[in-house]
Amino acid sequence: MNALATFYAHYSQLVDQIGINALLALSLSVSLQAGQLALAQAAFMGIAAYASAILTVTYRWPMVASIVAAVLLATLVAALLAYPVRRLRGVFLAIATIGFGEIVRVVANNLSITGGAEGMSGLPQDAGTAMVYAALVLVALALFGLSRTKFALAVALVREDEHAARGVGVDVGMVRTFSLALGGAIAGLAGALYAHSSAFITPNDFGFERMEQILVWCVIGGVTSPLGAVVGATFLSVLPELIRFLADYREITNGIILLAVIVFAPGGLASLWRRGAVRIHV
Amino acid sequence: MFAQQLLNGLFLGAVYALFAVGYTLVFGVLDILNLAHAAIFTAAAFAAFSLAAAGLPLPLAFLGAAVAGGILGVVLDRVAFAPLRARNAGTLAPLISSIGFAIIVGALLRGKYGVDEKHFATGGLDTAPAIHLGAVTFTTVELAIFAAAIAMMLGLSWVLRATTLGRRIRAVAEDRVAAALLGVNLERTIAATFFIASALGGAAGILTGLEYNSVTLDMGSPIELKGLAIIVLGGMGSVTGAVIGGFVIGAVETLAIANGLSEWRDAITFGVMFLILVARPNGLFGKRALRQA
Repeated sequence: MNALATFYAHYSQLVDQIGINALLALSLSVSLQAGQLALAQAAFMGIAAYASAILTVTYRWPMVASIVAAVLLATLVAALLAYPVRRLRGVFLAIATIGFGEIVRVVANNLSITGGAEGMSGLPQDAGTAMVYAALVLVALALFGLSRTKFALAVALVREDEHAARGVGVDVGMVRTFSLALGGAIAGLAGALYAHSSAFITPNDFGFERMEQILVWCVIGGVTSPLGAVVGATFLSVLPELIRFLADYREITNGIILLAVIVFAPGGLASLWRRGAVRIHV
Repeated sequence: MFAQQLLNGLFLGAVYALFAVGYTLVFGVLDILNLAHAAIFTAAAFAAFSLAAAGLPLPLAFLGAAVAGGILGVVLDRVAFAPLRARNAGTLAPLISSIGFAIIVGALLRGKYGVDEKHFATGGLDTAPAIHLGAVTFTTVELAIFAAAIAMMLGLSWVLRATTLGRRIRAVAEDRVAAALLGVNLERTIAATFFIASALGGAAGILTGLEYNSVTLDMGSPIELKGLAIIVLGGMGSVTGAVIGGFVIGAVETLAIANGLSEWRDAITFGVMFLILVARPNGLFGKRALRQA
């Protein structure tokens, strides 16, 4: 117990980060499960982080109310984004959503209410480990519950064959909008928690680099299941600590591991002990 | 004033176009997004810096570094894309493997060159003599960069149109299986495509380094996503489209800066990209263009 307490004292920030990263990976996996390569998670995260920061700092709202409002805002934005991109698939959807993310970043960079390029500081830091993991468990339970409904079948059908889905009466547009909105909600939750567990936020926290990271977590863990997303986020968040002894070779090792996993374990890390799982082609 | 801005837009656009041409070539032939293109852009700029520092005259350093960029592109294909191609992975896996490759290249560059900005030692290029022509002013370096970019794009167009290699590349872009059945060596053609695309992307990096006489580890990040906007504008896979897209984005950005919207120019660029994707997913020219080049 004592060892655990020492460990936690040392690594509490990392522990919180892992939880937030796992939420982010889950949010992208929701889109990928529906076969949509929509890469706006970092933007949804940023929108909620800024919303919650502004509500607590500028308008003195209580933190929990701000987080709820921020998540609702991110969900709404994600649902609205689904409409203009409704006809885009694959790489085209990816590029459009990356563009959306860049626009969000530039806007945050230039508005005075968001503090411009310097970002915002002095946020209430009351989102501790308990709150982060409570959120993670809640989201995981919700996704698990959802996976046992008929709706999950419709999502899988849209992913595997959109025409067939339409043929049996699935409302493809609705499935796509719902997955994007749900992904936006989870990314928003992660963003709001991120804002309230770090001292400050800047526009670059939510740029393309963050999006690349989230994508990498998801794919390295395995896009076949939400479990893969959590595994990937956890493994790659801990990896820099594990290979700290490599010092200058840390970054290159990171790149080599990415390449090796994608080349030798196509289904991601999670598939290594779940052989025979469905492969998703997006 | 307007003429000067248009000219500045042309100079900026020529380098954008050169970068985007390589990006779109790979997409046209393989249907994959190569997220390591910006890493090769940066690596070639550092290679040119090293060659010039070793005493090579600038034009030779430029050529050598562009070839180095091309070779790096072939390595990229063998390491990150060929294994995925062999098992028919979707569009997602190549994104990740090219990110992994870009991380490795970035780490190697940082290990070798450190984090400090590098300058070409061969005389202050940024202080090159200025040429006044009517209402506009430009430097000989800008002119040389512009000419080099245009010459390379014309060269690419000629290769694609008039050579056996070009016909093979277009055949693979059109239908990989049919091309293989007709006796085109797929892997060799793809390797050649990567060499050309990466040499051009690398050349864009070297020219950018020369233009500002500055080579840095993160010089590729602004152009990485802008390159996406450009190839979307021109139509994914269209070489002509990428060239025109490069000039359009160059002009849009220069005009944004001139009108005091400098801070907002990226939002304008990506806003244009978003609208085009939504309204005309095939861009202004469509994907057929490479195949019909």
